[in-house]
Amino acid sequence: MSTSAEQAGAAGGGRGGFGSAVKLSRSTGGEVAKGDTILDVTDLCVNFWVNDEWFVAADHVDYTLHAGEVLAIVGESGSGKTQSSMSLIGLLPPNGRATGSAKLKGVELVGMSQSRMREVRGNEISVIFQEPMTALNPVYTVGFQIVETLRTHFLMAPTAAKERALELMRLVEIPDPESSFYKFPHQLSGGQRQRIMIAQALACDPKLLIADEPTTALDVTVQAEILKLMRELRERVNAGIILITHDMGVVADMADTIIVMKDGRVVEHGTSDQIFHHPQHPYTQALLAAVPHLGTASDDVTGHPATLVARDDVPVPARDGDPNVTPALLLDDVEITYPKQGRRPAFTAARHINLRVDPGEVVGLVGESGSGKTTIGRASVALLPISGGRLSVAGVDLSGATRADLKNFRRQVGIVFQDPGSSLNPRLPVGESIGEPLLLHEGLKGAEISKRVEGLLDSVELPRSMRNRYPHELSGGQRQRIGIARALALNPKLLIADEPTSALDVSVQARVLDLFRDLQTEHGFACLFISHDLAVVEQVSSQIAVMHMGSLVEVGPTEDIVQRPQHLYTQRLLSAVPVPDPDQQRERRELRDSIIEQEHIVS
Amino acid sequence: MSNQDPRLDPRLGAAPDDAVTDDLSAEEHGRGEGVGEAKEVEGLSQGQLVWRRFIRHKGAMFGLGVLIAVMLLSTLTMGIGPIPGLWHVQNFNSPGDVLNGGTPTLQIPGLFGGTTFAIGEHPFGQNNIGQDMFALVMKGVQTSLFVMFCLSAIALLVGVTVGALAGYYRGVLDQVLMRITDLVITLPVIVLGAVLGKLVGILPIRFNATPEQTLAINNNMPLILSVALGLVLWTSLARLVRSEFLGLREREFVDAARVAGASDWRIITKHMLPNAVGVIIVNTTLLMSSAVTLEAALSYLNFGIRPPSVSLGYLITENQGAFATRPWLFWWPGLFIVLLALAANFIGDGLRDAFDPRMRKIPSARQMRLATHQLPADQGVPTAAAGATAASEKSGASETDGPTKEER
Repeated sequence: MSTSAEQAGAAGGGRGGFGSAVKLSRSTGGEVAKGDTILDVTDLCVNFWVNDEWFVAADHVDYTLHAGEVLAIVGESGSGKTQSSMSLIGLLPPNGRATGSAKLKGVELVGMSQSRMREVRGNEISVIFQEPMTALNPVYTVGFQIVETLRTHFLMAPTAAKERALELMRLVEIPDPESSFYKFPHQLSGGQRQRIMIAQALACDPKLLIADEPTTALDVTVQAEILKLMRELRERVNAGIILITHDMGVVADMADTIIVMKDGRVVEHGTSDQIFHHPQHPYTQALLAAVPHLGTASDDVTGHPATLVARDDVPVPARDGDPNVTPALLLDDVEITYPKQGRRPAFTAARHINLRVDPGEVVGLVGESGSGKTTIGRASVALLPISGGRLSVAGVDLSGATRADLKNFRRQVGIVFQDPGSSLNPRLPVGESIGEPLLLHEGLKGAEISKRVEGLLDSVELPRSMRNRYPHELSGGQRQRIGIARALALNPKLLIADEPTSALDVSVQARVLDLFRDLQTEHGFACLFISHDLAVVEQVSSQIAVMHMGSLVEVGPTEDIVQRPQHLYTQRLLSAVPVPDPDQQRERRELRDSIIEQEHIVS
Repeated sequence: MSNQDPRLDPRLGAAPDDAVTDDLSAEEHGRGEGVGEAKEVEGLSQGQLVWRRFIRHKGAMFGLGVLIAVMLLSTLTMGIGPIPGLWHVQNFNSPGDVLNGGTPTLQIPGLFGGTTFAIGEHPFGQNNIGQDMFALVMKGVQTSLFVMFCLSAIALLVGVTVGALAGYYRGVLDQVLMRITDLVITLPVIVLGAVLGKLVGILPIRFNATPEQTLAINNNMPLILSVALGLVLWTSLARLVRSEFLGLREREFVDAARVAGASDWRIITKHMLPNAVGVIIVNTTLLMSSAVTLEAALSYLNFGIRPPSVSLGYLITENQGAFATRPWLFWWPGLFIVLLALAANFIGDGLRDAFDPRMRKIPSARQMRLATHQLPADQGVPTAAAGATAASEKSGASETDGPTKEER
């Protein structure tokens, strides 16, 4: 033990105040210097025993990782990117099995005993999980959770551990670490929670850091800050980082080398530059083509920008439209308040909203989580009451509508929900879900409804035999098509699309967006397209409205918003969106960092 | 599992996610995280899925077998309603000659000194006035089953209605209904049963009922008892259904139905209730098992079933004094109470596991070891390096724990 203690002491000595700690867990392999090979994976296979058959989750994966390097594993859901990495630390489910070889500094990880593996986890290899809210224990303070990791692996007094924890929290730039130490996870914002996760992961100076979709659950602006932090950290700590993600923009921002996985196989392996600029495998090419690329869908603009911007206390005014046209959706100084519930006070989710959607027009509504964009969408289909202003759909005023009015109104609108898994009744065959509006409004039965449902299935390019399937038998993309078919069943004048593609893989998203565009041209409905992803909105809409903290901050034609944002928030939002191109992303990053810097000075 | 999906065009435009492909083969779900579920749900409705998990549950299958066997036995021997059964003593209350001190004539080899298998005249023995214990127990089983189903049906109806309304409408209605529920919960069931039992005895005299009316009341005692108890025992179901509804009403498919113009009634019955059916079935089954024991307890305290009806609890009360001298009078009804309650409990457990999607079957270490041999040839044996590391480990436990542990 003494040697490893000395080693730990030597390693920690450089950081000050840490040299006295005695490491309880044995060190695996030697210490690392920059450029050393940390992880050597050869022929790694992960299999799952399901229903008396082996399923291959990862098939002969090979790669090596050096200290200070970021390896990105890219793939769509189900491609085996997470399971192949989890097998490194022996965190496969009981019916999983890994074979092959994965050597951490020359020590074999596959087939390592439980007790030995416990000394590796958290100590040599640590993991940053996707969802910081669920990965942190809600009943302990964040400080306690970092201290716990420290004291598991080091012989440390509580005070020394706290010292070190605070040091780590400063390292990940938690504001006011002394008071944050005693906070519970729910008292921190999503970005701060993710920082705590990173601090915890760095607690024992791991040689290898596995980041499993570290920014997927975060808003773009927060994601930008976390990515900035991670990039700084790789300079400071001598660890290899495996970044598991599906977001090509994040990859472009971070990765040195990239592995593209599909169906458990590595289809392409190369440096960031090779993959992005000279992809060899058709799958990689298609994947890159499917990623919406901000700023490419719109033409260059000249002349005076036509955007309407909120200034100080003056909200964005409604766009002047043709007075002869009845707008499909018109919001006039709308305010939406969630009423007081128990001890929770009333909360105004949206205020002073002026927005106009003309017939046949697609307006994108963009904002971060909690900005109130979904609230507006739901109010527009009368799922939420408005507490002020006027909201009219196709000329029908919803503010004082009675039940009978509503029934008639419901024929005019359709809504596509975000989560295709939750928006279809799991106990109803999908055909019945599609046919429900027809049954309720047109009283259709039997053969007639059958014909209409078949027509709708045709229009969303699904085979007619699908109608008897249950939602859980369909893939995400298929479910979302069903959701669209249901929303269009009554030929509505207005469609609300609430993040219709955010739960889908990029290639599926690309196809659903194509379908959406085709249907929109064909049926000519007006649409309010709500999304947090500017690149997606840019592709489908002619107007974009940007929302921030319950207010609209900027409304205007798509090209103007994307290329000449006027409002500071819009600029920040745009600069935070990672672009799937390493060179372009580097420029954007510098711009973004300067904006973040600026805001820090301002705030 | 070949990686080359024939339908997979190089461009993603034709990747097998959706649209053109009809057959959902395993490839379509990829091979990673979701693969287990994808494989398991292929082409099955949720009902079928639950059923498959249920019939795999050994305890539940045992419970179901016992319950069906007991039901068949009691119906075949004592008949049902006006239809007579096959047992030679149909009038279970008729006294007879006490043969051989009333000892059971049932003989099972190896049990209680029996040498051959014989049923005999009175397999469960006779009581002191010569009534056939077998007939009484079988009739008692019928009463208990009747109480069990009747009580649960009433509790189900009230509980689901209250819970669904409270959970769906929330607000004032929820407050009122839940406070009523709280009130009902505070009622001690045994005391309430006792008071009602006394009332049933006293009221007919108070109102000068004719002997026929009194007899009718006594004859219908099981029904009265189960209605009364059912009106008290719905509370837990109501609370569970309410919480289930509170969760379900936030789900997007409910909003979708609302946007489609569905009425509240349709949303509750067509969209929400079928999704809450798991909770409802499971808890009703568990209620059934407690109903059996509760009926026995009340009858034992002399407040439940009374002659001429007969129930298992009543039989135990009647014969409690004979425990030392003629224990069979006590054992047989007791055994059937335990059988019914256990069977219902096991079925409830099995249903709970079947309805819970998180309860995926995890293969045992032995199954995994067997499975290891079927791994593709080039992966079957751990590589030399892996084996060497594992062998160099001194912790022997991992070596013997089978592959699952070894992996970790």
